[in-house]
Amino acid sequence: MKETILLGHGSGGKLSHELIKNLFVKYFDNAILKQQTDAALLQLNRTKIAFTTDSYVIDPVFFPGGNIGKLAVCGTVNDISVSGAKPLYISAAFIIEEGFPLTDLEKIVSAMADEAKKAGVLIVTGDTKVVSKGQCDKVFINTAGIGVHEEKYCEIGLGVKIKTGDKIIINGSIADHGMAIMAVRNFGNFEADIKSDCASLNGLIQKILNTGSRINFMRDATRGGMATVLCELAEQLKLGVEIEEFRVPVNENVRGMCELLGFDPFYVANEGKVILVVHPDDAELVLETMKLHELGKDASIIGEIVEAHPSKAILNTGIGGKRIIDMLAGEQLPRIC
Amino acid sequence: MKYIDEYRDKTLVEQIVKKIAMVSEKPITLMEVCGGHTWAIQKFGIPSLLPKNINLVSGPGCPVCVTSRGFIDRAVAYSRLKDVIITTYGDLIRVPGSTSSLNLEKSRGADVRIVYSVLDALKIAQENSQKKIVFLGVGFETTAPGSAVGLINAMKDNINNFYLLSSHKIMPPAMSALIDEGVKIDGYLAPGHVSVVTGAKIYDGIPAKYGVGCVISGFEPVDILQSVYMLAKQITNHDCKVEIQYKRAVTYQGNVRAQEALNEVFSLRDDWWRGLGVLKDSGMAVNEKYCKHDAEIMIPVEVEPTKEDKGCICGEILKGLKKPVDCKLFGKACTSSNPVGACMVSHEGACNAYFRFNK
Repeated sequence: MKETILLGHGSGGKLSHELIKNLFVKYFDNAILKQQTDAALLQLNRTKIAFTTDSYVIDPVFFPGGNIGKLAVCGTVNDISVSGAKPLYISAAFIIEEGFPLTDLEKIVSAMADEAKKAGVLIVTGDTKVVSKGQCDKVFINTAGIGVHEEKYCEIGLGVKIKTGDKIIINGSIADHGMAIMAVRNFGNFEADIKSDCASLNGLIQKILNTGSRINFMRDATRGGMATVLCELAEQLKLGVEIEEFRVPVNENVRGMCELLGFDPFYVANEGKVILVVHPDDAELVLETMKLHELGKDASIIGEIVEAHPSKAILNTGIGGKRIIDMLAGEQLPRIC
Repeated sequence: MKYIDEYRDKTLVEQIVKKIAMVSEKPITLMEVCGGHTWAIQKFGIPSLLPKNINLVSGPGCPVCVTSRGFIDRAVAYSRLKDVIITTYGDLIRVPGSTSSLNLEKSRGADVRIVYSVLDALKIAQENSQKKIVFLGVGFETTAPGSAVGLINAMKDNINNFYLLSSHKIMPPAMSALIDEGVKIDGYLAPGHVSVVTGAKIYDGIPAKYGVGCVISGFEPVDILQSVYMLAKQITNHDCKVEIQYKRAVTYQGNVRAQEALNEVFSLRDDWWRGLGVLKDSGMAVNEKYCKHDAEIMIPVEVEPTKEDKGCICGEILKGLKKPVDCKLFGKACTSSNPVGACMVSHEGACNAYFRFNK
């Protein structure tokens, strides 16, 4: 059944993980890659460098809350930032479909410039390829990003300091990006006031780090949603993850649309959300600091690291029940009824 | 959120759970017939709240799960025809047929499109007049009226390239067949959405003939727990009957217009159910009046011989005789990313729900 690539292989869930493990890691095998962090941690002379790459193929190219260009800059900045590094330089390579309007391309590029300026990074190199009509969909963007690490933060992406009792914090509501895309892609006439949360998180993260709190782990919850990060965390740690459903912020409109379509917001994509694991004594300070920042005003302590049920993420449901949070198997599909 | 939060109220849930514990201490086995209930029960962690003597088992009410491999094989065969566009609800595309699935055919270039309503499929038909649009009709009385309206509109608007491949089924024959086969059930949590269409009247025969009560339940935690309480009370009082818990949506007569649409388009035929075999008058076939929109008649295609998987106990799971963990494939050869049986594919399938929320 598995001899061709399915869309599910790109969903960020189980199929993606299997593909990475059984193909890419198998052939590219090296110690740095095996750490499987959002950004690779490199040592060049005496400097520690964070290095990342990402591709953006979003449909539609323009969506409420941003466009593919803004998304590319934010995504790259965030991958560097959650590793604990300060993002500095970005590359941008464009694959453009013949016939794509130049005015649209300009909107995308100017959004990238704006976002880069806001995030304090420079776009320093790039590439342009044009392909025949039908060989790509409008425009695809590939980026790479480089940042520098301070010694004390370079283990954040690895999560090696996480201990039982640490608190799990998120900077705001989940599922906004995925549902905003879903609304425009499939329901042109779906009158939902839902905007993508697409944003560069380096400003917020810098403020958090500046408090001197013990931040033991960070990861941005993108494809595969918050659930995927929590599952990866539990699996990697061999400790348990316990989440309180009622503490997880979800915007009403997003919740309504998820209910309507039978989607679980835990698995829906975000583009401006970071999950932090913080020493329990520092959690309140981190939360207060986040709430003062525009991108963290709805921050919430959603759970903690526990000794019970190692390698499993458990959800205490809003009604007082318990269940497992599992990784998404393929694409999330609307239910029949 | 209005109409949601009231039904997920923790205090109310705790009160109902206490009442359930008070009304019965004897072991009680209740079957939730509908896949939507199975999904909600696992999603909200309801089994972790119920008293130990209450055992919930999943029934045959997940549309994807009871659909035969032969149906998928036929859909796969259609998808391989150059002039066909398959339109389907999302769940179905991952269901394995004998040697392929719609997902796999899609990755090989077949035109398979997920739609949210039959009306979307009709629109695709109007926009692609040179192609044949096959809509896969799966599900019970809940989704069947949608398919019926599709055919009625296609006929009215002369959309002659729109075809239905019907695997629609009706619920009551399966509920009777389970008890006839000797499956031990003390009460039915009867399907909510089916009942919105059919009304509570379709269950009248079950308490009368089998002495098993039916409570039609909504899909929120408070609904489900209240329905469990109502059934436990019926059992304790030896007073089995049909009751409606889901009163905000279900009436005794049901949605008469939807029933008329069903009668207009479909006629009953014997149909095959996974786990139950062929049940008399349990399937909905497109009737003669609408046969020019019936894919099976109008688009002849060679379908590969159907092979059922050995070792998969979907059949017994759908009858509530076994739980997913009893299957030797569960969690090993059969996982949510690589499903063997249909029960693992659909979010409403018992195996999928167990695997995702409970493994």
